Amino acid sequence: MLRIRSIGAVIALVLAIPLPAFAQDAELAKIREEIRQMKEVYEQRIQALEKRLAEAETKAGKAEQSAASATTATTAAANRTGENAFNPAISLVLQGTYARTSQDPNSYHITGFMPSGGEVGPPKRSFGLAETELAIAANIDPYFRGVAIASLAPEGGAAVEEAYFQTLALPQGFTLKGGRFFSGIGYLNEQHQHAWDFQDAPLPYKAFLGTQLKQDGVQLKWIAPTDLFVELGAELSSGDKFPGNDRNKNGIGGSSIFGHIGGDIGASYAWRTGLSYLKTSAQNRGYQDTDSFGNAVTNAFTGDARLWVADAVLKWAPNGNATSTNFKLQGEYFRFKQDGLLTYNAAQSASFDADQSGWYLQGIWQFMPRWRAGYRYDQLRYGTVNNGLVNNTSGLTADNFPLLANYSPSRNTLMFDWSATEFSRIRLQLAQDKSRLGATDNQIFVQYLYSLGAHGAHKF
Amino acid sequence: MISRLTHIIIAAALLTAQPVFAALNILACEPEWGALAKELGGDKISVYVATNALQDPHYIEARPSLIARARSADLVVCTGAELEVGWMPLVQTQSGNPKIQAGQAGYFEAARYVVKLEVPQQVDRAQGDVHPAGNPHVLLSPYNIEKIATALAERMVQIDGSNAAYYQARTKDFLERWRRAIARWEKEAAPLKGMPIVVYHKNLSYLINWLGMREIGQLEPKPGLPPTTAHLSDLLTRLAKDPAKAVVPVAYNDPRAAEWLAERAKIPVVTLPYTVGGNEKAKDLFSLYDDTLSRLLAAAK
Repeated sequence: MLRIRSIGAVIALVLAIPLPAFAQDAELAKIREEIRQMKEVYEQRIQALEKRLAEAETKAGKAEQSAASATTATTAAANRTGENAFNPAISLVLQGTYARTSQDPNSYHITGFMPSGGEVGPPKRSFGLAETELAIAANIDPYFRGVAIASLAPEGGAAVEEAYFQTLALPQGFTLKGGRFFSGIGYLNEQHQHAWDFQDAPLPYKAFLGTQLKQDGVQLKWIAPTDLFVELGAELSSGDKFPGNDRNKNGIGGSSIFGHIGGDIGASYAWRTGLSYLKTSAQNRGYQDTDSFGNAVTNAFTGDARLWVADAVLKWAPNGNATSTNFKLQGEYFRFKQDGLLTYNAAQSASFDADQSGWYLQGIWQFMPRWRAGYRYDQLRYGTVNNGLVNNTSGLTADNFPLLANYSPSRNTLMFDWSATEFSRIRLQLAQDKSRLGATDNQIFVQYLYSLGAHGAHKF
Repeated sequence: MISRLTHIIIAAALLTAQPVFAALNILACEPEWGALAKELGGDKISVYVATNALQDPHYIEARPSLIARARSADLVVCTGAELEVGWMPLVQTQSGNPKIQAGQAGYFEAARYVVKLEVPQQVDRAQGDVHPAGNPHVLLSPYNIEKIATALAERMVQIDGSNAAYYQARTKDFLERWRRAIARWEKEAAPLKGMPIVVYHKNLSYLINWLGMREIGQLEPKPGLPPTTAHLSDLLTRLAKDPAKAVVPVAYNDPRAAEWLAERAKIPVVTLPYTVGGNEKAKDLFSLYDDTLSRLLAAAK
């Protein structure tokens, strides 16, 4: 650019030089000719330079254009820089209820079944906040993923709901999980409470697993390399949760195995079914009861506990498009055996064995976008209970064990919910709960569930 | 019991872990990527498509069948840009397949290779189900397909080098046919320039941008929310002043809202296939575009 300008200036200067008036004509003609030639040469050079300049400018423009498109393409990546870039996915679940119950929720128990120690009762009457769940998850490195879910209790304090690592890079379809996690047994056990279709767990979960079995331990899972979904899993744990308890013992306290198969039937149906087995034991696993005079007594069980679960779920949506309408049918059957010793109020012990069962079946129908209705029937079967303490020599009768009275609880539950989006849900639940012998609890719950933050993915 | 089971698991793993003999096992999240993979991979690949054209790709569950297919996949081809955020991460972590985890060569996200439209300046769910990375429905711009085809072919070569020449030859052939088709489509689609339409969801933005059409509104009040009567009435008032040529839902949208509006605004409903398999004519990527354009052209007259 600069060069062109200076050449121009030189030409202007040359042309502007006044010729001496005394110059002779021949000389003048010669000079004129020389100037003309110079002018021609310079013009040619200017033209060449201008051409080169134009070429350079086009090239620069092109480079700019591609630079611009490169910028747009990398904007998304560029936004995630700095120390924040590796922040994990964080999400929060807000939930609460308004409850109206005809029976006192504080007197809730499941007659005929040893209390499981979990939070099995209905929520407190009137307005009540439920647990607020804070979940943080991210890949740790190419080999592991980490998940932690803290639950903030409405009365204060926080508990670790789940905190586990999970492998991402084991070969041959294996995944190892370790830490605290919900066991893979059954169907509902692994799902978080906010993903359930009812406000509370089915009766067998309440009676046999203290609502949900979460354990400290390890889980090895294997997926078969087949088109049919085949999943086999084994878990080892400390066994400190019901039906086990903390025994301050070295080694493995509880173990379970499970197998699930599943697949699609055409485009509209998807299914999964499976069998699970859990074995653990308890040492002085205590519970409160009352004696025949109504005085509080503490009883304790020592022995083995075994649980079998059969589960099945079938989902339907027209052509697999669940946005407008869909239907989900789900059921599980539980068989629970305990075998050992029962101690009555820290005074007398005798053999105790129980063979009990329970099941539930529920259907959830989304009849239009946002609206769902559902019905659940759940039942426990008292089965066979041999309580060695109740005999002629001990002086104890069945009246001294009111919680173990021969009774088979059942419940009918109806629910309607409305979800503005997949992140929010308001639910009305009506139940007729016959968990307690001789007392029917009519329950009305209004529940809200909101999730904010990272978009979670829900299990099938 | 446990140790016996572990033995059974290991024995089963050893017995069944023979390599699958189709060279490249591909799990495609959506039908368009299944169709593209077939164009580029021919008979050297086997493709399983996780969803069909009648399913809304935002709302898919991590079904057992998908976990099973992901288990033996060499390559998972998805849209990305958070379109599959509700199910793919779960399929990946449950699959026990290290090859297809995020960040590995076996996980391909198509939307990474194109310039995305409608990248939100601000990400807030009060705006509906927004996608922070921009509009993920990239398949209806043929130039996007061109870029994605090139990137996908490179990935297939990277994973299955033994068939590199085959993939490259097929890709070259596909791109030549595709570029000729683009020239033809752009000529045919000239009358669509400036055509005002109402869409259901913002899933046609790349098509509208490509053909210079004009989007007047959406049936959804906000992305991901089902149409409401109040919003449709507003839209109808707007259409009285600024009329549209057609209401354009796609195959997986509930037709009722579109019909409601079209009847009152006295304009036709033009249901587009959206992806391969969205109607009988959309059998592959070429016929998907052919059918999409012919339906719009019929309404533009």
